[in-house]
Amino acid sequence: MTEPLLEAVDVAKDLGSGAAKVAALKGVTLSLKGGELTLLMGPSGSGKTTLLSILGCMLRPTEGTVRICGHPTAGAGPEDLALLRREHVGFVFQSFHLFPTLSATDNVRLALDVRGQPSRAARVMSREALAKVGLAHKTKAYPRELSGGEQQRVAIARAIVGNPSIILADEPTAALDGENGRAIMKILAEIAGEQGHAVLIVTHDPRLLPFADRVVHIEDGRITGEEPGGAKLPRLQ
Amino acid sequence: MPLVFTLAFRNLFHDRLRLIATVIGIVFSIVLVTVQMGLYLGFGRMVTTMIDHASADLWIMPRGTKCFEDPSLLNTRERYRALLISGVTEVIPVVIGFADWRMSSGEMTPVFVIGSDLRYGGLEPWNLVEGRIEALSRPKAVAVDRTYFDRLGVSGIGSTAEIREQPVRVAAVTNGIRSFTTTPFVFLDVNRARTYTGVPSGKASYLLVRLSQDADRGRVRQEIVSNIADVEVLTPAEFRERSRKFWLFGTGAGAALFAGALLGVIVGTVVVAQTLYSSTKEHLTEFATLRAIGSSKRYIYKVIVWQALLSAAIGFSIAALIGNAIVRLTAATALPIVITPALLVGLFLLTVVMCVGSSIAAIVQVTRIDPATVFAR
Ligand SMILES: Nc1ncnc2c1ncn2[C@@H]1O[C@H](COP(=O)(O)OP(=O)(O)OP(=O)(O)O)[C@@H](O)[C@H]1O
Ligand SMILES: [Mg+2]
Repeated sequence: MTEPLLEAVDVAKDLGSGAAKVAALKGVTLSLKGGELTLLMGPSGSGKTTLLSILGCMLRPTEGTVRICGHPTAGAGPEDLALLRREHVGFVFQSFHLFPTLSATDNVRLALDVRGQPSRAARVMSREALAKVGLAHKTKAYPRELSGGEQQRVAIARAIVGNPSIILADEPTAALDGENGRAIMKILAEIAGEQGHAVLIVTHDPRLLPFADRVVHIEDGRITGEEPGGAKLPRLQ
Repeated sequence: MPLVFTLAFRNLFHDRLRLIATVIGIVFSIVLVTVQMGLYLGFGRMVTTMIDHASADLWIMPRGTKCFEDPSLLNTRERYRALLISGVTEVIPVVIGFADWRMSSGEMTPVFVIGSDLRYGGLEPWNLVEGRIEALSRPKAVAVDRTYFDRLGVSGIGSTAEIREQPVRVAAVTNGIRSFTTTPFVFLDVNRARTYTGVPSGKASYLLVRLSQDADRGRVRQEIVSNIADVEVLTPAEFRERSRKFWLFGTGAGAALFAGALLGVIVGTVVVAQTLYSSTKEHLTEFATLRAIGSSKRYIYKVIVWQALLSAAIGFSIAALIGNAIVRLTAATALPIVITPALLVGLFLLTVVMCVGSSIAAIVQVTRIDPATVFAR
């Protein structure tokens, strides 16, 4: 139906060099559409993080092409890739990567500040983003004063505050207990469903299946299969 | 507050111990530079005190005179030739030179004698705290500085001593006329100065020229030079410059002071570079995160440079306070440390350049950051 927001064609990636060289990806073709929450599942070492890094313009593929919102990444330098990231991609990391010396609001504001957004407007937008993830009451708190779930929600607010069309998350719930994990997934599912963003989540956790529109399996650097996720089944909604 | 600034501020204050090390490094370095440059300025000022306090529009001196203390002599009969030039109102001989001062206890100490024709007051003692200038025209009368009482074995007006076996009597006392050579100055009448220093009559060290208000200084100077052989005619400003050049660069004193300052800059740069580098290294995952969420390299450099500037501001403020204390402590010594507004501005710029320059190592480090490392926990 809609144009894919993110499109990877025949992507291969070698990591390391010499004897330690590893073919982490061996020809992956994958596209992500707006409004969809996709889970990327596979065993450890199968290339999930590598694929996510390439889709998020952090790494360049050894072979194959990536198009992000219509822009091909071929030939882009580090600064061009940074520009593509800040314009189109929001990241959520397993270990949150919040700035310990900044308040929740400032952590979120950082994503706008790197885009040169004026600080007044940025502050308002940051508080709104925190409210969206249910942290309206914790805007002044520092990461050490927040629970793991709350920290990850701040990280999600940081990922969505600039309204990027693509959200990429690497095991966002792995450091959280079941309840917090479900809360995070609900937020991410809403971001995909209500705002039409493309959300890709790397996970090992089958408990996340009900939230997915689509599940992609990867093994040894290759996509091995794809199926609809739990969200497509009417009884689970 | 801009977020880059907040981030820099927090990074800096996050590790107090390192901040203290950084600030100590900057303070040490800048205080060292301040002292060296302050000595340079102070010395430059001290070597011209006599020229500053002489009342002359032009100085006639033997050709090749290097500084005020130069022992070369000229003929006083040239005085009459100079007086013939229109626009010249007075020509005052000044005799200077080293002499031996014998205290009443019999102990000897060298002094620097400054004799001027007291009728015209070409180079008289200033800052008188006891006695009057007029008293110097009496036989045996000399003026000495209060700070050298002990050195000269005197206690005030009425104390006696001998110079070249001639009796002298303290008739006036000054305060704060210090000599950078640490040899006490003794002011007296020009004729007795000749006797005490062994300068033959008919000779003098300088002729101070005073001009009428409407006289053309350039023309008078030209006429003196063409009428009198083997002399140079300098304005006070030129003579100051020449004396300063001789003492600061002819003797290597200036080079030594600059070398000290350079050492300070090097030490400061190394310390700041080292602490900024280690601070950046510690916050490397944060910088990688910034990079991952799409910040440009410039944005990250800004954080680091702000850290450097903040350290510079803190370090400079403390160094300025210490410098101010040093200035006050040395004000009354023979070699006061002088800080001018221009020096202060220069020191501030130096601090900033030093700190920002030091951030290069840290900046090189972050340019190598691979944003993909943020996924590896
Ligand atoms: N920097 C690197 N240098 C060399 N090999 C690497 C590097 N990073 C990853 N690899 C290898 O590439 C393959 C894919 O790694 P990747 O991190 O993408 O796996 P993953 O699916 O994310 O695993 P996990 O579930 O454990 O996070 C692995 O075999 C890994 O050992
Ligand atoms: Mg991984």
